[in-house]
Amino acid sequence: MPQLNVNGQTREVDVPDDMPLLWVLRDELGMTGSKFGCGMALCGACTMHLDGAPVRSCVTPVSAAAGRAISTIEGMESDRVGQVVQQAWIENNVAQCGYCQAGQIMTAVGLLKTTTAPTEEQIDGAMGGNICRCGTYPRIRAAILQAADRLAQGGE
Amino acid sequence: MSTTIQLSRRRFLQGSLGALTLAVTAGGLVTIVRAADADSKKYGADSMPGGTVDDPLVFVSIAEDGTVTIVAHRAEMGTGVRTSLPMVVADEMEASWDRVRVVQAEANEARYGNQNVDGSRSMRHFLMPMRRAGAAARQMLEAAAAARWSVPVAEVKAVRHEVVHPSSGRRLGYGELAADAARQPVPGTEQLKLKARADYRYIGKNQVRLVDLEAIGKGQATYGMDMRLPGMVYAVVARPPVVGGKLRRFDSEKALAVPGVVKVVEIPAFQGAPAFQPLGGVAVVARNTWAAIKGREALEIEWDDGPNGGYDSADFREALTKASRATGKTIRDNGDAVSVWNDAAETERFAADYYIPHLAHASMEPPVATVQIKEGRAEVWTSVQNPEAARTAVATRLKLKPEDVKVNVLLLGGGFGRKSKPDYVDEAAIVARAMPEGTPVKLVWTREDDIHHDYLHTVSAERLEAVIDKSGKVRSWLHRSAAPTIASLFAEGAKGQQLFESAMSAINMPYRIPNVRVETAEVAAHARIGWFRSVANIPHAFAAQCFIAELAHRAGKDHRQFALDLIGPARQIDPGDMADTWNYTESPERYPYDTGRLRGVIEAACQGAKWGRELPRGHGLGLAFCYSFMSYTATVVEVAVDEKGGVRVLAVDMAMDCGPQINPERIRAQMEGGAVMGLSLALTSEITFEKGRVKQSNFHDYQVLRHNASPRVIRTHLVNDDHDLPPGGVGEPPVPPVAPALCNAIFAATGKRVRSLPVGTVT
Ligand code: FES
Ligand code: FES
Repeated sequence: MPQLNVNGQTREVDVPDDMPLLWVLRDELGMTGSKFGCGMALCGACTMHLDGAPVRSCVTPVSAAAGRAISTIEGMESDRVGQVVQQAWIENNVAQCGYCQAGQIMTAVGLLKTTTAPTEEQIDGAMGGNICRCGTYPRIRAAILQAADRLAQGGE
Repeated sequence: MSTTIQLSRRRFLQGSLGALTLAVTAGGLVTIVRAADADSKKYGADSMPGGTVDDPLVFVSIAEDGTVTIVAHRAEMGTGVRTSLPMVVADEMEASWDRVRVVQAEANEARYGNQNVDGSRSMRHFLMPMRRAGAAARQMLEAAAAARWSVPVAEVKAVRHEVVHPSSGRRLGYGELAADAARQPVPGTEQLKLKARADYRYIGKNQVRLVDLEAIGKGQATYGMDMRLPGMVYAVVARPPVVGGKLRRFDSEKALAVPGVVKVVEIPAFQGAPAFQPLGGVAVVARNTWAAIKGREALEIEWDDGPNGGYDSADFREALTKASRATGKTIRDNGDAVSVWNDAAETERFAADYYIPHLAHASMEPPVATVQIKEGRAEVWTSVQNPEAARTAVATRLKLKPEDVKVNVLLLGGGFGRKSKPDYVDEAAIVARAMPEGTPVKLVWTREDDIHHDYLHTVSAERLEAVIDKSGKVRSWLHRSAAPTIASLFAEGAKGQQLFESAMSAINMPYRIPNVRVETAEVAAHARIGWFRSVANIPHAFAAQCFIAELAHRAGKDHRQFALDLIGPARQIDPGDMADTWNYTESPERYPYDTGRLRGVIEAACQGAKWGRELPRGHGLGLAFCYSFMSYTATVVEVAVDEKGGVRVLAVDMAMDCGPQINPERIRAQMEGGAVMGLSLALTSEITFEKGRVKQSNFHDYQVLRHNASPRVIRTHLVNDDHDLPPGGVGEPPVPPVAPALCNAIFAATGKRVRSLPVGTVT
């Protein structure tokens, strides 16, 4: 019976050890911001952070997340980088259907936390695992570059 | 419900019996009726189920605090209609957008008019009704204010959420006028005073962001997949791996032993043609999605594959190619293309074969529906393109009256044509019926389900033959297309493309060639053939647009100039003068084929890409263009091909003329997205069958474009913006020119012709 730390809050769940974190959050905890797109770590829609690093929660057993800091799209409003990225996403009108965007944002935040001024190649490398079937890639790229600029200027 | 695809106008006018209308009726059954039975005078929105509604009392309500609530009656799948249509209403009624709230309509076409977001029709059919609804609301507010002040209505004016009386300086906010305005008579159409273009605040102005934009970025937007209700159970279905297959026997013991699994429910296989019926199989119901998936893995099932068990893509490709090389059924015939070909010298003949495989839609949100049945009523929460069809399916399945079925429309995580078929909603209804009364059931498709059991884009072999003389003049053109038809979805055994498919970029083409023949071959379907963003334009435009580039090369001419010469001077063509054809349901008088507009987008795309410029070795520019869904598009792709044949798309220039540009920012988004989807299908996507089964299963083997392969530069060029023209479609038209432009660019870069998709690496 793992205890989870999600966006700074402790949550009790009663699920099997091998249940992927994605389904625990979505079905058991009602946190539906992280999306199901493939279930095989192929699309990035389910991206969350474990101790600050992006993971594909659809293949992360809940047991691997116990005792670690889980952060999700729902927590990004109170994350300094998260806020800047979310704002850049709005200003660039990135979303079309929007379904992939939570995952895109989580991966982008992960990138900008480790790489403050990413090159085009670094963006390709980090974002390659996040599919957008609507084809918002050019705007995602623009939003990441803008967010990086903002963060370099110290922020908001 | 009756989804009517009117296939021909002219044949009916001529009184011939050839024209067919597919009418999809209640149970997903289909009647094929002669067009003579349908009302041939109805075009556009009037020909759609539900038609249009422009009643302001249906679409607009105003609260005392001035909040204006506008109903979005069409589903949001990423095109922006949930924002753009209410924006049109707000503009006409002089509502301030920051005081507008948008609510989503449930399924009810009798109340709202047609709700099926399909065929790039939302703005095309609802721009004017939404303008009228907004103008009527504005005039009712003005009338209410004039009555309050006892002044002639001509002296007052609605301006930014209030009505003013300039001569006295009096003003009243919309909230203060709401109750009185609602009691005013709704002005008739002839009394409406629509805004002049110069007075638009939002239309054409890029002032309005998506209503869901912020919620999406915060993970707070609710998609069909996100529906939750107390006591909800989750279901996944094991479906027959072959279309038309049946359950021979199954054992659910091990599945039921999986912790969390609560029930196993048999889903009946479809009868007759597949239509929108479930494929059949076994549903596993559990306390959460994961347990349902584990339970399904534990099912023991034996299938009877049925008649499509031998479907094999390699074999079928051969059969299609063979069919595309034999004489087919003539559907356009001008002059005598056959004799000209037969009499031509070998050196003047040129022929090429093209191939386009099945494609899966693979929207990021797989199909999903939640159904709850309680006290003789059913409630549905789902992401569907066609809510009324979902309501019909559930009502029919549960033997309820449609008014006892409520379909709540949540956001769609993409649709692309897949989600206009509500088979998954029907499945959810079947499972909900098997559960204790009142249990909400969320039925989820996994990605594997989605890829294995899609309503696929067809597969085609396209044969083109032309006679081109020494001066580079094209004397004859033959386009023969062999592909299973969408009609097979509704009529068992239907073979050969219907007019509405052939019309798309095969019949409907404007080249000045004296001898033209278009033929279609009769081939059977062995999968569920659906419609995929831009439909038959994909294969037809791919073949024809590559072929024109090949002819230009043979003639030793610049492709752009050759194409413009082939199109000829600006003129308007009634598509009905080409052949008995289909004009996307629109009136040919209102929507003629305008070659001037086609020339305009070709010029714009070429200009944007600096056509004709010097390029490094291994780089190439390619052009293609298309007219579809009443809009004109042209694309120039720049590629670099490395020594190993690896293709890298460096830039895409896309030009579009869709007539009036209502929400240009979203139009550009659709063009960018269309470029990416077009490149996906051009470069990597392919569905193949073996032993009747789809071989691909997820994004590792059904590959779509990713960030790293996506061009870093996509330049969009919006052309014309003529508000005197009727609107054209936006969602689909960007797709068709992309693949041929890419292959033409590869040729320019390497001298190698790719005539078969996906390109993969160039060898
Ligand atoms: S759902 Fe996890 S990567 Fe696709
Ligand atoms: S915005 Fe639709 S999948 Fe990315």
